[in-house]
Amino acid sequence: MSIALSMTVNGQHVTGTVEPRTLLVEFLRETLRLTGTHVGCDTSQCGACVVLLDGCSVKSCATLAVQCQGASVTTIEGLANGATLHPMQQAFNDHHGLQCGFCTPGMVMSAVDLVRHTPDPSDADIRKGLEGNLCRCTGYQNIVRAVQAGARAMHTSGGG
Amino acid sequence: MTETATRTVGTSVKRTEDARFLTGRGRYTDDLHRPGQVHACFVRSPHAHARVLDVDGAPAMAIPGVVAVLTGADMAAEGIGGLPCGWQVIGKGGVPMQEPPHPPLALDRVRTVGDAVAVVLAENRHAARDGAEAVVVDYDPLPAVAHVADAARPGAPLVHDDVPGNVCYDWDIGDKAAADAAFAGAAHVTRLDLVNNRLIPNAVEPRAALGEYDPADGSYTLTTTSQNPHVIRLLMCAFVLNLPEHKVRVVAPDVGGGFGSKIFHYAEEAVVTWAAAKVGRPVKWTADRSESFMTDCHGRDHVTTAELALDAEGHFVGLRVRTLANMGAYLSTFASCVPTYLYATLLAGQYRTPAIYAEVKALFTHTTPVDAYRGAGRPEATYLLERIVEKAAHELDMDPADLRRRNFIQPDQFPYQTPVALAYDTGDYEASLNRALDLSEYAIFAERRAASEAKGKLRGRGLSCYIEACGIAPSAVAGALGARAGLYEAAEVRMNPTGSVTVFTGSHSHGQGHETTFAQIVADRLGVPMANVEIVHGDTSRIPFGMGTYGSRSLAVGGSAIVRAMDKIIDKGRKIAAHMLEAGEGDVEFSDGAFRVAGTDRSLTMGEVAFQAYVPHNFPHDTLEPGLDESAFYDPANFTFPAGTYVCEVEVDPDTGRVSVERFTAVDDFGTIINPMIVEGQVHGGVAQGLGQALLEGCAYDDDGQLMTGSYMDYAMPRAADIPDYRFDFTCTPCTHNPLGAKGCGEAGAIGSPPAIINAILDALEPLGVEDIAMPATPLAVWQAIQDARAPARAAE
Amino acid sequence: MYAFEYHRPSSIDEAVALITSDDIQFLSGGQTLIPTLKQRLAMPDALVDLGGIEALRGIRREGDHVIIGAGTRHAEVAASDTVAGAIPALAHLASQIGDAQVRNRGTIGGSVANADPSADYPAAVIGLGATVRTNRREIAGDDYFQDLFTTALEPGELITEIAFPIPEVAAYAKFAQAASGYAIAGVMVARMPGGAVRVGVTGAAPYALRATALEVALAADFSPAAAKAVTISADGLNSDLHATPAYRAALVSVLAARAVAACGG
Repeated sequence: MSIALSMTVNGQHVTGTVEPRTLLVEFLRETLRLTGTHVGCDTSQCGACVVLLDGCSVKSCATLAVQCQGASVTTIEGLANGATLHPMQQAFNDHHGLQCGFCTPGMVMSAVDLVRHTPDPSDADIRKGLEGNLCRCTGYQNIVRAVQAGARAMHTSGGG
Repeated sequence: MTETATRTVGTSVKRTEDARFLTGRGRYTDDLHRPGQVHACFVRSPHAHARVLDVDGAPAMAIPGVVAVLTGADMAAEGIGGLPCGWQVIGKGGVPMQEPPHPPLALDRVRTVGDAVAVVLAENRHAARDGAEAVVVDYDPLPAVAHVADAARPGAPLVHDDVPGNVCYDWDIGDKAAADAAFAGAAHVTRLDLVNNRLIPNAVEPRAALGEYDPADGSYTLTTTSQNPHVIRLLMCAFVLNLPEHKVRVVAPDVGGGFGSKIFHYAEEAVVTWAAAKVGRPVKWTADRSESFMTDCHGRDHVTTAELALDAEGHFVGLRVRTLANMGAYLSTFASCVPTYLYATLLAGQYRTPAIYAEVKALFTHTTPVDAYRGAGRPEATYLLERIVEKAAHELDMDPADLRRRNFIQPDQFPYQTPVALAYDTGDYEASLNRALDLSEYAIFAERRAASEAKGKLRGRGLSCYIEACGIAPSAVAGALGARAGLYEAAEVRMNPTGSVTVFTGSHSHGQGHETTFAQIVADRLGVPMANVEIVHGDTSRIPFGMGTYGSRSLAVGGSAIVRAMDKIIDKGRKIAAHMLEAGEGDVEFSDGAFRVAGTDRSLTMGEVAFQAYVPHNFPHDTLEPGLDESAFYDPANFTFPAGTYVCEVEVDPDTGRVSVERFTAVDDFGTIINPMIVEGQVHGGVAQGLGQALLEGCAYDDDGQLMTGSYMDYAMPRAADIPDYRFDFTCTPCTHNPLGAKGCGEAGAIGSPPAIINAILDALEPLGVEDIAMPATPLAVWQAIQDARAPARAAE
Repeated sequence: MYAFEYHRPSSIDEAVALITSDDIQFLSGGQTLIPTLKQRLAMPDALVDLGGIEALRGIRREGDHVIIGAGTRHAEVAASDTVAGAIPALAHLASQIGDAQVRNRGTIGGSVANADPSADYPAAVIGLGATVRTNRREIAGDDYFQDLFTTALEPGELITEIAFPIPEVAAYAKFAQAASGYAIAGVMVARMPGGAVRVGVTGAAPYALRATALEVALAADFSPAAAKAVTISADGLNSDLHATPAYRAALVSVLAARAVAACGG
């Protein structure tokens, strides 16, 4: 069984034909070749695959592509405004919130969603809010700093 | 070092590599799609130990999309070899270690859950997995042994029929007679049995490998998640596939964390490379996380008995250690050296203990191979020492800080030869201890303890004073200890004609930020802007033969190689400048990126010299070659010895057993620091992994060798909420024997933190009578320890 | 994942009609089902995606009940003013399920239908005495959970909504397993109008159930000390790597005490 799929990804209308068992992350990485979204586990715990689906952060490895028919998806590739990094991306650079970079796309997407719900997050809010994202490199301290700074910058820039 | 207006060394320059990672433009192995590629899925044993009676790939070939099924027999038929071990340990009595064969695909026997018996190649991932499930393997299950203490028992199932008693080696170090004499005369002896828990490294990027074959010239390309592509090429070509290395290119592109687990040459790398030629198409394999749990080399897994002898004044007079180390089912690339040369040689710690004797017996079990994981041997040594020292302090009713102080090697005693082979070049242990005590507000701990008690919580504090041997090299020492390769590092520095610089390094960055740190060193020394420096790593067709990144060696060894190459660039540049400025070579000075004739205003910038080097019209060709491109191989004179003090404070909830780390203070002496931001980040990450080991992570096998913690549902990784805000500082005694003065910082956090955390928990639980707790100190373990301590008390009531 | 067919109906009737065999399953948020399929632990012929059925979504108050549509996501329950106003403990419980991304996809109906012994919502269904409404009937919460992953639902029966009685006061205390985030034990304590005390426990036993010993003790004395003094029998409680039956038994009393404290009791 193949299903014709159409959705908006990073503002672009995209179509494809997929088997129902195709995960959203497989559609993004393998069909659309948007390889910024990563896969780090098979039990939907690491969060490397987090994207925004209709504005909400979701694990694209625990979502079927066919469930996203007609939806709008934002991946890490769609976050920056041209050459200008999104304030959250910039904050991760400013505060050394990444090392190997593999968890980073998911971490940034989760952080963007976190700030949407909690505009001025405390240290504890951020640590709790990132419970769905694993990072093995940073020990999280600089990620927490980055998200705090990113949240402030998102306000200044009018919501990012 | 050259003073320039743009000096960056010692400053927290933001990372240049971040831009691609933050925009989704990193390029990791699984991101690559080759035209015509097939996907590989391995058929893996569900049994820890079984005879393989038959492998039938025919049913898989009937699945749509399946291209080929290849087995161990297919490899053997072509004379493919086994995966080698790079370090030979010679045991007691000159007996060399046992090295049973490790075929990339199992032949007649599987020895661990996850052992691969066949590989299925298919048009897509789903079909490959469908095919792998369809392969019919006839197994005859055999008894298995998973735990190292069980493997040592008489009559234990044998992992390899020709390895009696499962013993890989039985090795010792130190002076037994001296140690025994010290114990005979001791005023006090502290004894401790402990387990260093088995860990699964869990870099967030799963391993992946992409093999390609070009029939036009008979060349192969392997793209792989590796920390050391040249080492992989050497091992795979020379020992496994028998390929000429000039026909093999190994590329390690962006790699999503390693922590040791991506040092080793894995079966899948050889299989995809071989299979690519076999089917004439690129072959790609990416582990899913369950596969990573089963097949990435695990870490630690020691069972140890230790005794510390003290005199009446609290001086350490002797240390005796007996350790059983689990090697898993096969010897991985560096497995043998981890519990010996990276462990027992560190048992002096920061102390003047005059007599040390350690015995290490390494055993095979029916489990995943165990090899280096962040710290590799040094966390095991530190955990043992810092637990037993703390225990001795409690037994003697001494302040744990004072007991340590009393035994520290003093600054005026360097270089210091320990009784276990290493010679420390420099250090100031009391400086780190004092700074850590200040920063942690050690003196007013009682106030915080009282505040915790008011909330119904128990508060405890623990110390750990660690030392590690880093910058792994030097080749002569490593060779004397059994390494089968020199552990130097290589670099090439190429001045381009318009003054930009390309640096080719044998080190590999998979999170460490070399593209920034190395560029800082180059920019400062050559006087060019950082933006004009490119660091190239990870591709054997571009970089000189180098040993890669592990053992906190990149800066101390790889960075020093770059410095040496730059020294040659400056020397050559001086010759060119002297020629162009019509001055004597001895009169030309280099500083701030310019060559100047001393005492004159005549000068040339590095860029001008570089340009002339490539467009020479009047060089005296008998004495001055064109070009400005130099290589260096740097082999250090000694290890480096980072050291420091960590102080941990925990709160324990006695009702649930939950431990929360309330305060963690780290003071490290890494020698000279190039980029404090990056170094601090390394410590943050290392401490988080140490916290994981102490509180959360424990790889568990059942007695039949089934992996009980095979996913993130059961193997607890540290998350943001598990980690406190760290307090952090440096002290500095520069390394005495490398041109950067740098010691290495990648592993310290993972080495120093577990004993500080466990010591703190035991301090908290002391009022309840708890004397020991095993890692990981999960809520269940802590709650159980409290119940067990209360039980005899209740019985006495 | 094994291959399967996929249907996305827009009405409850259409969805139910698509379940023509035991090998066809409903798909709600998919946060448990999709990982299960990825591990190849299930092999359905087809999935019927409930995500397009608007009638399954929404939160409303009906008299002394809060009614939550089966397709309502955990994040919606956690953020709902209606829930927060009537049963803040339920919003708090929802905010502790999984992680932010799981809460953005997972649904209450999916969780309750799956009946994972360590899931959070079952504690609320039991502890608040909720009613599970299906396309066929209403099932009392006390009768709903029957065994490990086993409920009163019949083949093809679809949860449409869950009706939670509004308690006088309630609180949920959870002790999470560090790896998975699921409850090693979770206790919902509620004092209902009229003074009856209900205690729903998840995580400790093969399925969520009432802790009658705690209910009796708390009915007499609604205090943390009264809860903590109750000794729970470890017989029949779950045992795994992360907790022994005795530990779970001890946690139930401790968590009940903490829930009572959170109730202001």
